[in-house]
Amino acid sequence: MDPQWHAYTPYSSALDPCPPRPKAYIVPPNQYVIFQPHGLRQFAPREALKRGTLWPELYSPYEHGDRGGGRR
Amino acid sequence: MKVSKCDPRLAKYLIEQYGGADGELAAALRYLNQRYTIPDKVIGLLTDIGTEEFAHLEMIATMVYKLTKDATVEQMEAAGLGGHLVDHGFDLYYHNAAGNPFTVACLTAKGDPIANLYEDIAAEEKARATYQWLIDITDDADIQDGLRFLREREVIHALRFREAVEMLKGYQEEKKVF
Repeated sequence: MDPQWHAYTPYSSALDPCPPRPKAYIVPPNQYVIFQPHGLRQFAPREALKRGTLWPELYSPYEHGDRGGGRR
Repeated sequence: MKVSKCDPRLAKYLIEQYGGADGELAAALRYLNQRYTIPDKVIGLLTDIGTEEFAHLEMIATMVYKLTKDATVEQMEAAGLGGHLVDHGFDLYYHNAAGNPFTVACLTAKGDPIANLYEDIAAEEKARATYQWLIDITDDADIQDGLRFLREREVIHALRFREAVEMLKGYQEEKKVF
């Protein structure tokens, strides 16, 4: 799983009707940047166009199933 | 709540914080709904602030009640509360200053902790702005005192929510050490 995902385990009771499932939330990299610094690494132009950003540091992947099992 | 001036007109404006989009009811419902699915580290914060908002709702309600309970029909009408009187009498009602009824459409739950907390921060700042306009629109020193207290709580809540964002961001570092 991408490190942008943060797993956590909320309280789960023995009386809960369904078995507990893993929980996770994503924090995209923009949360850690106040002003974007100059001179960041860059993707190749075609790669940047595909990903939606020129800078790998600001790229946030979001793959089906990253949340933990996806649609199950 | 101490109200020192007979001024039903102000009740019409204060009701914005009772049943308005950025009011105390919207705030309480927003936080006490988001609290169930927010990561456990910040459940307590949302529970505490959501409960506090209900106390603030009571403060606003008391101000509105005191400003209108002894008003005459003529005073209500002169204060722009003729429509309210016809529909609700001297009862309070959850609507905004323009008379639009409260709707949960004004609050969100996005299922994403970062998005939800930013909504909460924005709501606190908007409520702070509303309190500033309310302080500007009245010369009742006692009402101003109450509104200044409520405005300051918005300032603190916004900070607490920004701290909550930092806590959720910081989760990564702790979890990295297995």
